[in-house]
Amino acid sequence: MKLHEYQSKRLFAVHGVPIPDGDVATTPQEARQIAEKLGGPVVVKSQVLVGGRGKAGGIRLAKTPAEAEQVAADILALEIKGLPVRKVLIDEAADIQQEIYLGIVIDRANRRAVMMASSEGGVEIEEVARTNPDAIKKVMIDPFLGLQSYQTVALAKGIDLDTGYMRAFNRVAQGLYQAFLAYDASLAEINPLVVTGDGALLAVDGKMLIDDNALFRHPDLAEMRDVDEETSAERSAREAGLSYVQLDGQIGCMVNGAGLAMATMDIIKHFGGAPANFLDIGGGAKAERVATALRLILADENVKAVLFNIFGGITRCDEVAKGILTAFEEVKPTVPLVARLVGTNEEEGRAILEQSGYHLITAQTLADAAQKAVAAASGAHAQLQGA
Amino acid sequence: MAILVDKNTRLVVQGITGREGEFHSRQMLEYGTQVVAGVTPGKGGQWACDDRVPVFDTVAEAVAATGANASVIYVPARFASDAILEAADAGLPLVVCITEGIPTQDVLRVRAYLDQKGTRLVGPNCPGLLSPGQAKVGIMPGHIAMPGPVGVVSRSGTLTYEVVYALTAKGIGQTTCVGIGGDPIIGTTFVDALALFENDPLTEQVVLIGEIGGSDEERAASFIAERMTKPVTAFIAGRTAPPGKRMGHAGAIIQGGSGTAAEKIAAFEAVGVRVAEHPEQIADLVAQI
Repeated sequence: MKLHEYQSKRLFAVHGVPIPDGDVATTPQEARQIAEKLGGPVVVKSQVLVGGRGKAGGIRLAKTPAEAEQVAADILALEIKGLPVRKVLIDEAADIQQEIYLGIVIDRANRRAVMMASSEGGVEIEEVARTNPDAIKKVMIDPFLGLQSYQTVALAKGIDLDTGYMRAFNRVAQGLYQAFLAYDASLAEINPLVVTGDGALLAVDGKMLIDDNALFRHPDLAEMRDVDEETSAERSAREAGLSYVQLDGQIGCMVNGAGLAMATMDIIKHFGGAPANFLDIGGGAKAERVATALRLILADENVKAVLFNIFGGITRCDEVAKGILTAFEEVKPTVPLVARLVGTNEEEGRAILEQSGYHLITAQTLADAAQKAVAAASGAHAQLQGA
Repeated sequence: MAILVDKNTRLVVQGITGREGEFHSRQMLEYGTQVVAGVTPGKGGQWACDDRVPVFDTVAEAVAATGANASVIYVPARFASDAILEAADAGLPLVVCITEGIPTQDVLRVRAYLDQKGTRLVGPNCPGLLSPGQAKVGIMPGHIAMPGPVGVVSRSGTLTYEVVYALTAKGIGQTTCVGIGGDPIIGTTFVDALALFENDPLTEQVVLIGEIGGSDEERAASFIAERMTKPVTAFIAGRTAPPGKRMGHAGAIIQGGSGTAAEKIAAFEAVGVRVAEHPEQIADLVAQI
């Protein structure tokens, strides 16, 4: 789960990371009031969960409260990468002398949290990794020992930070690591961390990703989820416990298992079609879940055919077939359906579908199923039936 | 021969009185696995699976009473880290964790502890292990596999079954099928499994089923080039996966432009590993060797 900039920075501040004074506004009037309270110039920052806000005109300086109101009105009217701006953060403008990057991610290969620093603050770390990888300095954090001071000194030296800032840098780094641990983050990032004109360090921008698997022990964070940032289909899927990702193709996919679901999308592409979604209905495949999944797929207007690819392992194909039929009673499909049921009780499963009276195109192999789905989506099947 | 589990495996099931634990314990018993004990704190002294398996409060008690030498874990995510640590602390050399949804930072600490103890973890978020004709530990359907010379290692569940089913349909059996799991941090990696297969005299070739996210496949490619004498056939799921979206598995995500299927396929092809275009082609490629 992604947190907004203002949420991330406030959580960093709880752990002693200095952040600019500021507050969140949802209307231009609120923006003006916050700017009045802060006094002096402010930065008006759109709060949307995508990168590139600055380039899209979503971050602007305002010298007076009146200007803040105007700028906030402009930004609140924006849509950035398809996401409407509903909130702006009004922060005291910082006197920026130097910008650095400081972040923590989980290094999968080394199985450690790794802290990274770079002298190229304000630039996305992936961009720095491509253009100037030597500018990124890293230290691995032992999960039992935690982040050590000598490691933060090494980072500060590595990015040529003036020695005078080393203690302040250590405090920021330790605070960031404490926040990373406390909120079960998979990423915690300050970009940029700035050196101000009066010689302080300040986290001007912040970002945090929270491990979804850990939300059960962070109900306060779970409530911070910005549901505006999900498509309604993705929200319904999440609430139903389905793994669903909407894509822009024409063939809806319903598959049990994540790896098989990806392989099903791939084979559709391999045979010249385009998948409309990734969808894993998980184990068991109870009728209710199948129905929810089918509703999600059919709600997408691009969908011209649906491919069911079910491998019966412990889950039996006949149970899944019953689930599909129950779902049909509730959700009347209007597009061609291709079903491939293989594995445990596959014959019983196929018989149930064939005797149901619904017209399903059946297939034995995955390759055959994908080709039939591609043909059906392109209208070939309808023509075949019409002939 | 097989790797990790065989007919000498004496299994303790953690979470045996839960719905999943009980169901799969029966399936494992039916397959012929020696399920010697179960553990559910507070239910010590009871019996599970129609009085065939004694239940203990702790893994240590189960090991002392039954000589168990491996554990499989079906407990819910919020208790699973504790269960893994308990198994390692009881001295078990092998712990297979089926549970999906354990917080990544927990697995990070658990894995670091297990490395110190010398315990091998398989998973979490995996379908387990299956040595056809000998033992099944986890949730893989036993009947789709048959004994033979191919080692199978995969990050996925049903996709693995699909491939194993296709191999069996062609009369090609397996030494062991290893599900290493779909999480970002796992116990046994592709490289670990490949090393075990390389040293297993009965394994003649290996099938590796990877997916987007991380760089475990790239490291496997290096390992194959440097250390393996046995042929490997690979498949990578997620060629069409969009960047930045988690594809079901917690670890299946293209981040910052890396972890793509294209990178992984290129890494394998560069070291002479044949990569199948789609799952059913794997069995064809294996049959050609």
